[in-house]
Amino acid sequence: MGVVIAEHVRKIYRAGETEVEALRGVSFEIAAASFVSFVGPSGSGKTTLLNLIGCLDTPSAGRLTVCGTDVSTLGRSAGAGFRGQEIGFIFQDFNLLPVLTVYENVEYPLLMVRKTPEAQRRERVLRLLDAVGMLEQKDKYPDQISGGQKQRVAVARALVTEPKLVLADEPTANLDHATAALVIALMKRMRDQFRTTFVFSTHDPRIVGEAEIIHTLEDGELTGSTSQGGANG
Amino acid sequence: MGKIIKIAVRNLLRYKRRTLLTATLVTLGVVFVLVFTSIAGSFKQMMIGQITDSMLGQIQVHRHGYVAAIENLPLNMNLKPQAYGRLEEIIRQQPEVAAYSPRIKFGGMFSNFAETTNIRLNGVDPAREFATVPLLPGRITSGAKALDRGGILIPELLAKGMNVKVGDTVVIVATNQSGSVNGKQFKVSGVLESATGPGGRDGYVHIDDAAELLRMEQPEISEVAIKLKDFGRLHRVEKRLGAALSAELNPMGKPLFELHTWEKLSPFFSIAKMLTLLTLFIKVMLIAIVLVSIMNVMVMAVYERVREIGTIAAIGTPPATIRAMFLVEGLCLGLFGAIAGNVIGTVIVLIVNASRISFEFGRQSGLILKAQVSPPDLVAVSAIVVVVSILASLQPAFKASRMEPIKALRHV
Repeated sequence: MGVVIAEHVRKIYRAGETEVEALRGVSFEIAAASFVSFVGPSGSGKTTLLNLIGCLDTPSAGRLTVCGTDVSTLGRSAGAGFRGQEIGFIFQDFNLLPVLTVYENVEYPLLMVRKTPEAQRRERVLRLLDAVGMLEQKDKYPDQISGGQKQRVAVARALVTEPKLVLADEPTANLDHATAALVIALMKRMRDQFRTTFVFSTHDPRIVGEAEIIHTLEDGELTGSTSQGGANG
Repeated sequence: MGKIIKIAVRNLLRYKRRTLLTATLVTLGVVFVLVFTSIAGSFKQMMIGQITDSMLGQIQVHRHGYVAAIENLPLNMNLKPQAYGRLEEIIRQQPEVAAYSPRIKFGGMFSNFAETTNIRLNGVDPAREFATVPLLPGRITSGAKALDRGGILIPELLAKGMNVKVGDTVVIVATNQSGSVNGKQFKVSGVLESATGPGGRDGYVHIDDAAELLRMEQPEISEVAIKLKDFGRLHRVEKRLGAALSAELNPMGKPLFELHTWEKLSPFFSIAKMLTLLTLFIKVMLIAIVLVSIMNVMVMAVYERVREIGTIAAIGTPPATIRAMFLVEGLCLGLFGAIAGNVIGTVIVLIVNASRISFEFGRQSGLILKAQVSPPDLVAVSAIVVVVSILASLQPAFKASRMEPIKALRHV
């Protein structure tokens, strides 16, 4: 069974009497431990789709199942609980908390969301920081590290709770090409190491090819899916 | 909770200048309230002490109806020996009573053999009177700090006006209950400093001399002044003693006694009430300062950190935890202001005391202000600041916890 199953998912935004259909009945399935990219021009519905998968928003119609749960009707608290348990997020602007060190940023979901015991927390955070190559920078604050390093910390933060699914909305948009390639490679390596499903959106043609499965969105419709045959296991 | 506190403190330190300004404002408010409360409270207590311990007593018991006619000092409303005996018995049963003093109050004519004027006198048992109003001996500015039979303590204004000195012989002429006039010679044994309030310009003679002058076979008591072991238990004793006295009825079935605390006998009580009201007003001002300043900071904090709130909400932080983060931030700010304010306020009060500031109260001068910071005041002011800080943070905290992560993440 897929980690994400979308069946005729629609999303309509209303502003006064104006209706904008951001997603027009998309259907797809994402298998466990796959490395999937949604591509398409700005306004094609990539971010909307990732928000729906990430339970940050609810579909207007259709059925969306994430990690075995129908997320179409999750409330605010239930949604927060579900995200904390099942999903990791990587943001375009890294979104590290500026008052926390690198170590504390990665520790945050375990401490404030999962309430993991100290010893277990420490072991996992150090392991993740080591895996993303940020162990030596663990006591630095976000404003003391580079953009690429910030995104590596964000990857570690997304993975520290051992989620089944990691969502990354334009994770390389604010990085130069070399750093972007490194971050994508890191995400792939993490997928291989932790068997986590990675779903990211991008409109950067330089990294599109890094995905193993590419879904193309145009005007809210899924216009094509390509498998590039990468190893996902 | 430790982590939430750590994050809250770091977020406060992130905007150092703003945090410092707000904390300073709260600190100043606390300092002002503390210093005002200490000085006004101490002034009030000192004045109450001056009034009750130098002439009035803390509680007075009279025959029912006496106080309404007290300006005339009606001898026909004195307590007969039997009633006074019953009253004494009841007072002695009160464990909180430290001392009590029976008085015969009467008006008379004061003559230095050349001039004559009016005088209000208290016939007292000196030992019991000095125990009940212990500041009375301190008011004797010249002469012995005692009152023997045949002696009279006269108020200083009378002494000056009539040109009478300690050791001089004077005559007191008084009308007794049946209307006959009697006179008696006294030797001026001391001159009393005037005190503000009822009875502050009265003279004193020995109770046996008063009874003799008024031709009483046995002293008939106008009032009994009472001093308590603990002034803080005034109202408890008032209630208990009042209940015991109200059970005593005259032959017509009406109450025999009436009891009044100093509050009902001295006009200073209105001033004391005003001081209490002013203190309350100052505390309300403090609440307003803390509420506005902390709410302002927390609203700004939420507005500036919308994307951060979106991030932590997106990664699964429960709304209650987000709420707690902002509440603790406001609480830390208030707590810092309260602690700093308490420390600075206490130091200022100590400096005020070390300066030995003196003031006048009525005709009493050279009273040294001894401001005291009481632990209950420290706790009360701190509690106000802490509670108001939390209240001020509630709206911003709820706003933060209710933010849609998707909208918050889009915020620019």
